[in-house]
Amino acid sequence: MKKTYPVKGMHCASCVRLIEKALSKVDGVASASVNLASEKATVEYNPKVASEEKIQSAVTGVGYQLMIGEEIKSEDETKIEKAKELKDLRIKVVISLVLGGLILWGSFPGLIKTAPVFLQNFWMQFLLATPVQFWVGSAFYKAAYPAFKHRSANMDTLVAIGTTVAYGYSAFVTIFPQVVKNIGVEPMPYFDVATIIIGLILLGRYFEAKAKAGTSEAIKKLIGLQAKTARVLRHGSEVDIPIEQVLIGDSIRVRPGEKIPVDGVITLGESSIDESMITGESIPVDKTKGDSVVGATINKTGTFSYRATKVGKDTVLAQIIKLVTEAQGSKAPIQRLADLISSYFVPIVIMLAILTFVVWYVFGQSPALLFALLNTVAVLIIACPCAMGLATPTAIMVGTGKGAECGILIKDAESLETAHKINTIIFDKTGTLTYGKPVVTDVVSMELDSRLPAGKAGFRGNDNERDRILQLAASIEKGSEHSLAEAIVKEAENRKLNLDQATRFKAIPGYGVEGEINKKKILLGNLRLMDKESIQYNNMSKKIDQLENEGKTVMVLAVQKKVAGLIAVADTVKDSAREGIRALKKLGIESIMITGDNSKTANAIARQIGITSVLAQVLPDQKEAEVRKIQKTGKVVAMIGDGINDAPALAAADVGIAMGTGTDVAIESADITLINKDLSSVAAAIKLSKKTMQTIKMNLFWAFGYNIILIPVAMGILYPIWGVLLNPIFASVAMATSSISVVSNSLLLKRFKI
Amino acid sequence: MPLDKILVTTFGVLGIVFTYWFFLMKKEREVAVKNEVDITVEGGYTPDVISIPLGKVTKINFFRKDSSSCLEEVVLGEFKIRQQLPLNKKVTVEIKPQKRGEFVFTCGMNMFHGKVIVR
Repeated sequence: MKKTYPVKGMHCASCVRLIEKALSKVDGVASASVNLASEKATVEYNPKVASEEKIQSAVTGVGYQLMIGEEIKSEDETKIEKAKELKDLRIKVVISLVLGGLILWGSFPGLIKTAPVFLQNFWMQFLLATPVQFWVGSAFYKAAYPAFKHRSANMDTLVAIGTTVAYGYSAFVTIFPQVVKNIGVEPMPYFDVATIIIGLILLGRYFEAKAKAGTSEAIKKLIGLQAKTARVLRHGSEVDIPIEQVLIGDSIRVRPGEKIPVDGVITLGESSIDESMITGESIPVDKTKGDSVVGATINKTGTFSYRATKVGKDTVLAQIIKLVTEAQGSKAPIQRLADLISSYFVPIVIMLAILTFVVWYVFGQSPALLFALLNTVAVLIIACPCAMGLATPTAIMVGTGKGAECGILIKDAESLETAHKINTIIFDKTGTLTYGKPVVTDVVSMELDSRLPAGKAGFRGNDNERDRILQLAASIEKGSEHSLAEAIVKEAENRKLNLDQATRFKAIPGYGVEGEINKKKILLGNLRLMDKESIQYNNMSKKIDQLENEGKTVMVLAVQKKVAGLIAVADTVKDSAREGIRALKKLGIESIMITGDNSKTANAIARQIGITSVLAQVLPDQKEAEVRKIQKTGKVVAMIGDGINDAPALAAADVGIAMGTGTDVAIESADITLINKDLSSVAAAIKLSKKTMQTIKMNLFWAFGYNIILIPVAMGILYPIWGVLLNPIFASVAMATSSISVVSNSLLLKRFKI
Repeated sequence: MPLDKILVTTFGVLGIVFTYWFFLMKKEREVAVKNEVDITVEGGYTPDVISIPLGKVTKINFFRKDSSSCLEEVVLGEFKIRQQLPLNKKVTVEIKPQKRGEFVFTCGMNMFHGKVIVR
């Protein structure tokens, strides 16, 4: 026998060895494997020799806790159990419908003449109906009785009462026909009603169970993404081990076409990696030494080695599974009304059924007893509390699952619900709309600028002169840690320029830098630095204005107090930004950009993207206040940032959206996390929210509408005007289809294209 | 009015009153929990009202004995938990409440109810 138990109290690899040793000493234990990351022990033992208690006491003896009775059921075991349940249900449905059909044939006025005589016999009908009532229908009694003992009632209670009334009356009529005759009622049993109702309701339950399994498919898919084994370097050789045994720091080798087992950082080699299963982005990403890789993604081309940095429940995939599981367990505010009604629903239906019986018996036409009985059964059978209970959670489950498939992680049902009301979105500029890494966009040479035509876009003067400008700037900036300096040095490296040795380097905060190269004084900085040093730049003013209007930061290079050239640096806008903003405009949502940049730069970037509202020169700690200010105008605001630096603003917004990250910090602070870096996902997330809410509203409308309309019909409200009554068999058909229709409608969300 | 109709009306009214009293006027019996509690899932939850301390981890062990598919899931919406309850298996959920109040837990279809009171 092989079982897996949770183990508590482990904190290091030596704990693993200690527990394994203790377990292997127990008589009858063939093997024991303990996993630190998952905190589980898998023990193979002979139950005739070793008992669970002995196994537990061995673990307790070395200072840990092994949890008996909590052995982990594998996914397969649960699946087998569920499949068996469905098979049993199918058999019961077939038997009840076949037997019920035979009874119907022998008793239904239109069919009775074609039926064999033995089927018309009441005793034969009694015989056929009894196993359906008490064997097939035992599920209803088994559920209703403990509920009754608990002073609770559910759908099974209604079906149990309804079918028992029909069956009980029919049995009485069969056994004592004379008694019924004496009170003026023709002795006619209704075994067909009881049996067909049981068959149809179980049929509905069968389809509902199948459909419901589809609503939680996303989690199963996510769990299925996990690799089973990892090729780990242990004691100098590569060994394949179960993923549960991978430890932080292990060196793992991945070949082309293989799944990456856990999260880590590449230490050797490079490859192209398909991350679509996590981010939703279909284009593979090139990765090389130093880049991080995510478990469950697929290595496409190269072979590489990497160091495991996160295992078990800390991996990105495990975090995503946890988040989606939690979201599916949360409740949407829209569900509150349905919750309230559900808690009173069944007792109210029982009271209405009693009222129906009394009213029909007292005021109904002859035979009043029959009318009273049949209408009471119809009321009990037509009521469907399940549809109300399923309307919201099934849609939330499918909606959040669909989002996860596309890299949109929704924290809870409330966030999903609020997102559909968003009418204003505030984008943090740096890192969200832009890459957040400045690059050199223009190099302008002073000497020849006016004489030579422009070279490649943005770079005026000839290549040699521009390279010289860049070379000087990079040489002087090499010692600086400023982000603009980094951009200049990087551009020089890209152009493979050899840098000069700079001396007397000095950073002038808020202005720029100065230093000497070949005994010539070099200054690189903003216009204020030039003004301070009384350096003339009038002949470059036009060019400087033009670059600044394009949202670029301009630095002037002066050699020996004379302007030699300009270098413009800018943060580049993400490719998907314009498309993302356009998609939001189509949804009628206003986009606002918030940034610490000056308004000239901010407006230039906003123009490029298509944003018209800009909040410039906002310090990081003022962002939260800006969000609240906009909320006060009555707008429903979403704030989009990286989820790490702008956590207070994300928390203040009605919906905080973290972009382009799968870190647990971001997931924690945001209501919605977009794992991919594509800005179109923002509109996609809102569309998904709108579609999910539309599905929920439709489900609730049908679930409520169905009960509100059909219960009075079953009570016979239409009878005085049109003579319409609801046959209990039709009531069971309607009841069975109502839950299925709600679940199926939720499943349609799967087809929604994001 | 004939006797049978008087009787049916009388029993009908009594039946309605009884149904209301029996199902809707059930008195809550609160069980104070320190660290861990076993809840039997059979025709509902026993105990169905538990009080737990604020800010501490409380283990709730559900044990489903009832084969009704209605009870195969338990939902603690406030704690973002939707947990499958296999038949005759103990399933433990851990909650660490961050705010005081009364939080309902239900079966997957919202037919059966219990309550967690955080004090």
